[in-house]
Amino acid sequence: MLSIKNLYASVEGMEILKGINLEVKPGEVHAIMGPNGSGKSTLASVLAGKEEYEVTAGEVTFLGEDILDKAPENRAKDGLFLSFQYPVEIPGVPMVNFLKTSVNEHRKHRGLKELTAGEFLKLMREKMDLVDMHTKLTNRMVNEGFSGGEKKKNEIFQMAMLEPKLAILDETDSGLDIDALRVVANGVNALKSPETAAIVITHYQRLLDYIVPDFVHILYKGRIVKTAGKELAFELEEKGYDWIKSEIKN
Amino acid sequence: MEEQDKILNDVTQADYKYGFVTDIETDIIEKGLNEDVVRLISAKKEEPEFMLNFRLDAFKKWQKMKMPDWAYLKIPPIDLQEISYYAAPKQGPKYESMDEVDPELIDTFNKLGIPLDEQKVLAGVAVDIVMDSVSVKTTFKETLAEKGIIFCSFSDAVAEHPELIKKYLGKVVPVADNYFSALNSAVFSDGSFCYIPKGVRCPMELSTYFRINAANTGQFERTLIIADDDSYVSYLEGCTAPMRDENQLHAAVVEIITMDRAEVKYSTVQNWYPGNKDGVGGIYNFVTKRGICRGESSKISWTQVETGSAITWKYPSCILMGDNSVGEFNSVAVTNNYQQADTGSKMIHIGKNTKSTIISKGISAGKSENSYRGLVKVMPKATGSRNFSQCDSLLLNDTCGAHTFPYIEVGNKSSVVEHEATTSKIGEDQIFYCNQRGIDTEKAIGMIVNGYAKEVLNKLPMEFAVEAQKLLQISLEGSVG
Ligand SMILES: Nc1ncnc2c1ncn2[C@@H]1O[C@H](COP(=O)(O)OP(=O)(O)O)[C@@H](O)[C@H]1O
Ligand SMILES: [Mg+2]
Repeated sequence: MLSIKNLYASVEGMEILKGINLEVKPGEVHAIMGPNGSGKSTLASVLAGKEEYEVTAGEVTFLGEDILDKAPENRAKDGLFLSFQYPVEIPGVPMVNFLKTSVNEHRKHRGLKELTAGEFLKLMREKMDLVDMHTKLTNRMVNEGFSGGEKKKNEIFQMAMLEPKLAILDETDSGLDIDALRVVANGVNALKSPETAAIVITHYQRLLDYIVPDFVHILYKGRIVKTAGKELAFELEEKGYDWIKSEIKN
Repeated sequence: MEEQDKILNDVTQADYKYGFVTDIETDIIEKGLNEDVVRLISAKKEEPEFMLNFRLDAFKKWQKMKMPDWAYLKIPPIDLQEISYYAAPKQGPKYESMDEVDPELIDTFNKLGIPLDEQKVLAGVAVDIVMDSVSVKTTFKETLAEKGIIFCSFSDAVAEHPELIKKYLGKVVPVADNYFSALNSAVFSDGSFCYIPKGVRCPMELSTYFRINAANTGQFERTLIIADDDSYVSYLEGCTAPMRDENQLHAAVVEIITMDRAEVKYSTVQNWYPGNKDGVGGIYNFVTKRGICRGESSKISWTQVETGSAITWKYPSCILMGDNSVGEFNSVAVTNNYQQADTGSKMIHIGKNTKSTIISKGISAGKSENSYRGLVKVMPKATGSRNFSQCDSLLLNDTCGAHTFPYIEVGNKSSVVEHEATTSKIGEDQIFYCNQRGIDTEKAIGMIVNGYAKEVLNKLPMEFAVEAQKLLQISLEGSVG
């Protein structure tokens, strides 16, 4: 589904990603862990097509297609979803309009008819049950006045509406209480199927109690330095990141 | 960045869709301005003597005046001797039925999206159309006449209601108010006139479309609206012009008078040709619009969506003379490419407990300059008065400019004047967030800009609001960088 080969990327002349290799197959869940500043968000942004990040070498294919030259909106419509670490506020734009445009752009891309206002609201109500924040999502501007936790839940809600093939969650669990954490996990698990995949970027092992990964990767200084099964998350939790740092030195 | 710049260029180079020229025979006088020209205009219009005197007086005053230079505008020299001051479709301006109207003209108005026929009844709009200098046809005159409403071309009003013209013309905007009002007073060729009698709510939106067609002409129209006690009218104004490489001058004067408890809503969607992407051509728009709330508890509101013109110099204002009277100014001004706008409002509080609101939303893109300039003046006797001003600027890139020049003078202690101003930039992060949800950059900007301008757009009558929303998108799509 997603194949990253020898990916190098820099921002403002600074090299951040230094040769990433990663294969994600349909049905798999990959966790990416690593200390702050390792390049996890940079990797997510490069995959989603953020312009300020310059890819200097390597290739990325998604569903068999080279995506590095694709506009971000087309990657999104192909089924790549990013749950942002810091979702941005868009004053003046109602959440409902925003999401209706988003859903219909996806549908047009798939050759489906646009949803009517009624159909859209029905779908929205259904998916809102998942995150349990009805009035906020229907009455507010995009992320405006949302708490940190609400912003994260809103990302999961949008993911549920758009039903992506590959979901990338960038520290969606950070700063969440246990109930919100369950909401996030339920959202990801509801999407799980033999055809879909997820990359879960996280700092803590606790999310992985709810979303069980097939692989855990440790990203450090722009490289994946260790890959193993879910037990690696426990080991990391126990020994801390210094363990990785010293291991790298040796 | 590059991608956004590219979209910006693609879209801002999109054609101005009203840029066609209509090929109809035009009666146009020699270029140049002198006393004889003023007399000739008056003679062509077969005006009574008081009108000729009004013009000659204005011309004398204008000769002693200078172009204003205080606005934040770079105005190239305008050679007023190179302009013809009178151009009229030759067939003669008045028609008894639609069959007599030049088909080319009808075609023009259809292209502009203005059905000239009575079908507009359904939409509830009565239209007066001023092409070049002359009012071509006023629809629904009869329907309105039943209610005692007078809605006609300015020339007809001069002929049929000279007493009203004599009484009110130049009373809100004195002839010598400014350089352009003096020029307009000397040479204006037509415009619209509207009188709503006591106690009458005008049953439909009244509307004027201004169209500059002929080359090397200026357009100088005059609008006068009088709302008598307890009356109400909503008035719409739209404007377009052909694409031409040379600049054309538009200098209009609009005067509004409201008596006791009367209300006038004046809405403008100004879409004069803005010039091309390199700043060549476009209309110079120097307009004086002012209303006076003469009566107590009367109300005047100006709502404008300004997307056109190479240069805009315009400050729709309210003189709040009657106690408890209310003035409003709601504006969205968009500038792109090399457009320049210096626009805002003046609210002069004279009566007690008068209230005014100014909502100004500037949106700048390209290499344009967009300024808000506003005066709130509260006279010593205007006790208990209030003003609230909100001036927001939205920048779409780093090459454009936004400026705010608020002037506040409060003459008594019981009045409250509040001014808030914000400047924001559409963030690349906001655009990327939309992109990541499958929304392309053009649509994203459209959404954000409409959200930003919504407060003002909502004040427009429905059909106009939709049109204005589209216009905003067309003038700006993709201009983030
Ligand atoms: N837009 C940017 N401009 C400058 N530096 C950046 C930018 N984005 C990320 N970086 C730098 O790249 C490095 C990796 O950051 P990031 O990918 O956010 O790490 P992580 O998500 O693993 O904490 C950090 O040193 C950070 O300061
Ligand atoms: Mg991060």
